[in-house]
Amino acid sequence: MKFLEIENMSCGYEKKFLVSDIDISISKGSFVGIIGPNGSGKTTLFKGISGDLKLKSGKISLGNKNLKLFSHKERARNLAVVTQDIESPDITVEDYVLMGRLPYHTGFQFFENEEDLEIAEKYMKLTAVTNMRDKFLSQLSGGERQMVAITKALVQEPELLLLDEPTSHLDIALQIQILNLVQQLNDELGLTVMMIIHDLNLAGEYCDELILMNKGKIKEKGLPEYVLTYSNIEEVYGTVVFTQPNPLSGRPAIFLVSKRILNSISKER
Amino acid sequence: MSYSRYIKWGLWLTLFILVVIAAVLYSLSRGEIDIPLSKIAGILIEGKGSIEYTVLSEIRLPRIILGLSVGGALSLAGVILQGIYRNPLVEPYTLGISGGAALGVAFAIVAGLSYTIGSVILPAAGFIGALATVVSVYMLSVRKGKIHTQNMLLIGVMISFIASSAMMFLMATTTNENLHNIVFWVMGSLDEANENLIRIAAIISVCGLLVSYLFIHTLNALRLGEEKARHLGINTDISIKLLFIIASMLTGMCVSVAGVIGFVGLIIPQFIRIIVGSDFRILLISSFLTGGGFIVFCDTLARTLIAPNELPIGVITGVIGGISFIFILINLGKRSKLI
Repeated sequence: MKFLEIENMSCGYEKKFLVSDIDISISKGSFVGIIGPNGSGKTTLFKGISGDLKLKSGKISLGNKNLKLFSHKERARNLAVVTQDIESPDITVEDYVLMGRLPYHTGFQFFENEEDLEIAEKYMKLTAVTNMRDKFLSQLSGGERQMVAITKALVQEPELLLLDEPTSHLDIALQIQILNLVQQLNDELGLTVMMIIHDLNLAGEYCDELILMNKGKIKEKGLPEYVLTYSNIEEVYGTVVFTQPNPLSGRPAIFLVSKRILNSISKER
Repeated sequence: MSYSRYIKWGLWLTLFILVVIAAVLYSLSRGEIDIPLSKIAGILIEGKGSIEYTVLSEIRLPRIILGLSVGGALSLAGVILQGIYRNPLVEPYTLGISGGAALGVAFAIVAGLSYTIGSVILPAAGFIGALATVVSVYMLSVRKGKIHTQNMLLIGVMISFIASSAMMFLMATTTNENLHNIVFWVMGSLDEANENLIRIAAIISVCGLLVSYLFIHTLNALRLGEEKARHLGINTDISIKLLFIIASMLTGMCVSVAGVIGFVGLIIPQFIRIIVGSDFRILLISSFLTGGGFIVFCDTLARTLIAPNELPIGVITGVIGGISFIFILINLGKRSKLI
C-alpha cells in the first residue's frame, strides 16, 4: 500500500467533470511534479486532494485511511497546501507562520503554547525567514511571500505538502532557491511533496516522478525521462520541442525552438 | 518570542476597561442634577431614599447598562461581520437588519398595535422585522449548503432598500402622530423604561461575547480567506453560518431595544483595529468594551447638551465618531492598513 492512493477519482465544478479517471499512487517521501498545459486540471486535482472540491467519484486514501474520514483538523495536520495566490493581509510574518499551528489547537486553547512557538521558530530558521518576522505580509516581495507561505505549511507539520506553482512570477535565482528548499525538505524531513509546476525543465530536474495531465486526465506518469519525451510534449502542448539529457544531471532537458528556425530546417530538408 | 504581545494586549485591555469606567462615572454624574464624582459611591451605599439615589439607581444606571450592552453588541457584531466578509466597510446594518427592524416597528405603529398591546410590542416588532430580514438574506444567499458571502452583501443592501421604501410608503400614508413616533424610534434612543428588556439586552450581549470567543480561531484564520482557513482545519461552512447568526442576533437585539444607532458597529472596530492590530483574540473584547464606553459617553452628551430636551444619540455618535475617525485615519492610518 502506497502512502497516497488515489483511485478512479473524478471531481470538478457544478455539473462539469474537470478531472476524471485519476489513478495515482505515491510512496512516502517522494517528490512528484504535476505538469500539463493551462486548463488541463492540475489545480482541480489538487483541490480534490485538499478537500476543497467534493469528489464526484473515486476514493483518496492517505496513509491507508480514507481522506473522507479525516476531521477538518486532522486533515490539516496531515496535509498542507500552498496555493498560488498568497494574499497579503495586515498580518505579520510571525503571526502568519504561527497560524500553521491552528490545526493543533483545541477550541478552548486561547494562546500559543511553548511547543507552538518552538516549532514556528524551528521552521522559520530552516527557511531563513526569521529576520522578517515583524514585517507585514504586504511588505514582502513575491519570493519572500512564497517562502513564508511554505514556512506556514511546514509549521502544520504535515505528511504531505501540496505546492501549487511555487515558482511562478519569480526570477531564476528565486526559483532555484525555492526548489532547493523543497528538495531539502523532501530529503531531510522525508516530506512527501506534490508540486504543480509549469517549467518542464525544472520539473524534470527536481522531481523523482512526473504526472502529465491533459484535458482533465492523466496522459502519462512515471520517471521524468519517461514522461518528458518529445512525442508526449508535442501531443499535449501541440508544440515542437527538442529534448536532450542535461549534461550535468542526466535529467531530461527541453529546448524550445522558434518557428523561423523550424521553417529553415524544413526548407533544408 | 511572542509573549511580549500578550503583555501588550493586557495593557490595552486595562486601558479600555479604564475608558469604560470613566464613561460610566461621567454618565452617572451628569444630568439634570449634577452629582459630584466624589459623592456617587456614598450615595449608592448609604443614600437610599434620597432623590440622588433614585436618579442614580433607577434612571442613570439602567440606561448605562443598556448603553454598554448595545454599544458592545453593535461593535461586536461589526467586528464579526467584517471578519466574515473580509471587508472593512461592512457594519451590522449593511445586511438590511436595521431596515427590516425599522419596517417592523413602523408597521406596528401604523397598525396601532402599541395602543392595543402595549409598548413592549415595538421592540418585539423590531426584533421580528430584523429576524425576517436575516432569514431572507440568509435563504437567498445559501446555495447547496454554502453561503456566498459576496452575494449576501448585495442581497442585504437590496433588502435594506426594499425595506426603507416600504417604510417610506407607510410614513407617507399615515397620520402625523404615527409619523412622529416612527421617526423618533428610527433615530434611536437608550430611553428604555422596561427593566426586563434591559436585562435581556445585557444577557444577550455578554453571551454574544462569550460565544464569539468559541470561534476565535475561525475568525483569525478567515483573515487569510475562506479557502486558506479550510486548509488550516477550520470547518468554514458551519462556522461562518454560526457567526452570521450570532452577529444577526446581536444586531436584532440592539435595533429592537434602542432603535437604529449608526456608525458604532463600523467605527469602533476600525478604530480598535488601528490601535491593537487585527488579531481577533484582542479585537473582540476591546471592541466590545470600547463600543459600550463610547455609547455611554455619547448618550450622556445626547441627554445633557440641550437639556431638558434630548438629542437623538445617532447625531452624537455620527458626529463624534465620524470626525474622530477621519482624524485618526489621516494621522495614524498611514502606518497600518485597515484589514
